[in-house]
Amino acid sequence: MMKNGGLREYRSASWDEPVVMELGYPGRRGMVFGEVDAAIAAKVGAAEALLPAAMRRRRPPALPELSEPEVLRHYLHLSQQTLGMLGVNLFGTCTMKYNPRAGEAVMARPQVAETHPLQHADTLQGTLELVHGFDLILRELSGMDRFVFQAAGGADAAYTHACVTRAHLAARGELGKRDEIVTTIQTHPCNPATAATAGFKVVTLMLDERGYPSLDALKAALSDRTAALMVNNPDDMGIYNPEIKEWVRLVHEAGGLCFYDHANFNGVMGKLRARELGFDACMYMLHKTFGAPKGGGGPAVGAYGCTAELARYLPGPVVAFDGAKYRLDSDRPDSLGKVREFWGNVPQVLKAYAWARAMGAEGIHEASDLSVLANNYMEKKLLAIRGVTKSNPHIDAWRMEMTRYSLGVLKEDTGVGVADMQHRMVDFGVDAPWLSHEPWLVAEPFTPEAGEMWSKEDIDYWIAALARVSEEAYRDPEIVKTAPHNQSIAKIRTDGLEDPERWATTWRAYRRKHRKA
Amino acid sequence: MGRPRIGLIVNPVAGLGGRFALKGTDGAALERALERGALPVAPERARRAILRLVDSGGGFDLVAGAGSMGEESAEDTRAMAAEMANLGLALVLFAGGDGTARDVLDALGSRLPILGIPSGVKMHSAVFATSPEAAGEVAASFVHGRTRLADAEIMDIDEAALRAGRLSARLYGHARVPLLRRLVQGPKMGATPDGDGELAALCNLLAAEAEPGRLLILGPGTTLARIKARLGIEGTLAGIDVVRGRALAAKDADEARILALLDAEQANALPPRVIVGVVGGQGFLFGRGNQPLGPQVLRRLGRSQIVIAAAAEKILSLDPPYLRVDTGDPNTDRWLCGHLAVRTGPKRTLIVKVTA
Repeated sequence: MMKNGGLREYRSASWDEPVVMELGYPGRRGMVFGEVDAAIAAKVGAAEALLPAAMRRRRPPALPELSEPEVLRHYLHLSQQTLGMLGVNLFGTCTMKYNPRAGEAVMARPQVAETHPLQHADTLQGTLELVHGFDLILRELSGMDRFVFQAAGGADAAYTHACVTRAHLAARGELGKRDEIVTTIQTHPCNPATAATAGFKVVTLMLDERGYPSLDALKAALSDRTAALMVNNPDDMGIYNPEIKEWVRLVHEAGGLCFYDHANFNGVMGKLRARELGFDACMYMLHKTFGAPKGGGGPAVGAYGCTAELARYLPGPVVAFDGAKYRLDSDRPDSLGKVREFWGNVPQVLKAYAWARAMGAEGIHEASDLSVLANNYMEKKLLAIRGVTKSNPHIDAWRMEMTRYSLGVLKEDTGVGVADMQHRMVDFGVDAPWLSHEPWLVAEPFTPEAGEMWSKEDIDYWIAALARVSEEAYRDPEIVKTAPHNQSIAKIRTDGLEDPERWATTWRAYRRKHRKA
Repeated sequence: MGRPRIGLIVNPVAGLGGRFALKGTDGAALERALERGALPVAPERARRAILRLVDSGGGFDLVAGAGSMGEESAEDTRAMAAEMANLGLALVLFAGGDGTARDVLDALGSRLPILGIPSGVKMHSAVFATSPEAAGEVAASFVHGRTRLADAEIMDIDEAALRAGRLSARLYGHARVPLLRRLVQGPKMGATPDGDGELAALCNLLAAEAEPGRLLILGPGTTLARIKARLGIEGTLAGIDVVRGRALAAKDADEARILALLDAEQANALPPRVIVGVVGGQGFLFGRGNQPLGPQVLRRLGRSQIVIAAAAEKILSLDPPYLRVDTGDPNTDRWLCGHLAVRTGPKRTLIVKVTA
């Protein structure tokens, strides 16, 4: 019998680490450069003369002055005080997948690490082949005709779609006339946000009692002003909208384009193709589904794919292949231009390519099954925990790879809500779970997601931690409300983050607002 | 600065009639409730709220009347609230229903923030927390400076009509209440410091879009009051005003006056239009507080000329998330049912189901 119900008593390192601006000593340097050689100085003149006068600082910047080992020590201390991904992390909607070391090893090879996108394409044939190969893989999975990887994440890919829609409308002489993008209240907020950024009005459908909007609501939203539909399916509540084909048909009939936000593809990968449902375009986030690292060690990648009809508007350059040789095609007069520099974060694309090839079609299929299975296993056990309910509890349809839960009952009974729960979970080495995108349609929401990667033991550990939090909430809620107890920094008051008088995102703002003389 | 002080008013008879389907505890209904052995509800619910308030940080003083805080009549509530008006309180918590809310508002006006511990039979007003515990939490959050204030409608239900089985209500007034965010958004998700900005911008836009040649009917409520203010007219808060462009055509108009104005517009190429808000908490679109916009007026305008303006948060906090209509004419109610667009910002619209 394991002690403590199998839960580890995690203890964070605590260095009582000051802010870097409070460290250092006047004049201390990490690296000291020698005087410029007289011959060079004579040739190029004074360094400051290279900058236009108006752009020169009058006073030196207020930077901390530290030696190199002091800087390193500071950041190592901070990393030790951070929990990130060292325990079990079922951070929902993001699908926290393991990033295979093999991918890192490939990226470290000089053929990748020492190349640059401005090299001539003739010297990048291998890289271009892999990028093209991954395009082909995604075409197979989606049914689309062409993918680009320039967008630096899912939101950027959604924005790409809003821009493609704009270009498409302009070409048809309908720009300005069709100015509404339709979405749903449970669709990821990056869709309405990027639609608005691209100049569209946003029409949002509410859910009905089945957990997705009705066709009547959609019909009420559609008109000759409809530019596009942007939706998830399933959304974060895990409910698949079985009427989606009819949605697409109605939107097309109204004259709009249909975009499938497939950022999280896990529940349906290998099972359905966006194109076969009638969609004109879709998007995948390589780190949510294809095993590439979060954030990407630089920008992430939102892979955007569309039909041949829309492909001419895609941002460029695009990779072209004539059967013998790869090249970068920048001569595309209808292109919307760029949504990001170059052709995307290539190491991310290559890691995703490696993942997809290692998995194979059967592996991708199986991973999808496992993610749905894991979620439904988790649902059974989570709903047995006192104070836990799920969104739309009256709907008995199977949830896909995610279910949104609620601690509304726990909160009502004990005063312990999801924020308290997050603070206590980290005491067991479990990263704070994801709650919910806004708006919160469910009281005290949280959304765990196992995907295919986490083991049954990991999932059981996570559930045991939540069960412990519930048990404590009913027995002695103060334990949970005053958590975390095992972290380097105890509970942080977050109300200042909403108050412009108090929030400070720079050292200068901090001094101005909190250290008034 | 001393400890914040919270006033507490408990209407011990509130809610007595609920279990007996008496639609309230006013007048004769109270006697009948007591005859049937009704037990006090409000004191227990107040206790639950206070327990949660204490649990949520403490650091406040509670000011209440002597004895069982016994108020037996509306006069008692008003007298106690009036007494509290001058005590420098941060907030007045009251346990009761709509009637208690009106009595508290009568005595305090909008001078002091108030918050209802839901204990009544009828709670159509938007000043009530979702549960006694939620009231305790919102109160704690407010006195510790973590919640802002917002306007909330207090409704006046026609008691006689209600007991006769017919819902009839008008807007009684507005109170300042701590923002009741049932769907609280965590600060980590980048909640805006001023969630009200979208609505303010929408009100500016709707006022700017008022065409000189179009008759525009403006409903009651705080959202519409903003539009009226932007139009620069001397409108009413609780009544219906009619403008043509920026000129006031009728103030606090009744149904007959509105119909007469519509008669004069029949040849106008720009059809008359109405802008209404939504009653928070209940989601009423027509039939609560805007009865002059009756079946005849609405039919003459047509569904396409109904503009609804409301904060997204107000719609999202409706449970279920439907708009409700009760125009007094079932056919008109059915005609309004379906889905309508609610404008929540200059470029944001929610499609919301309408039910009767």
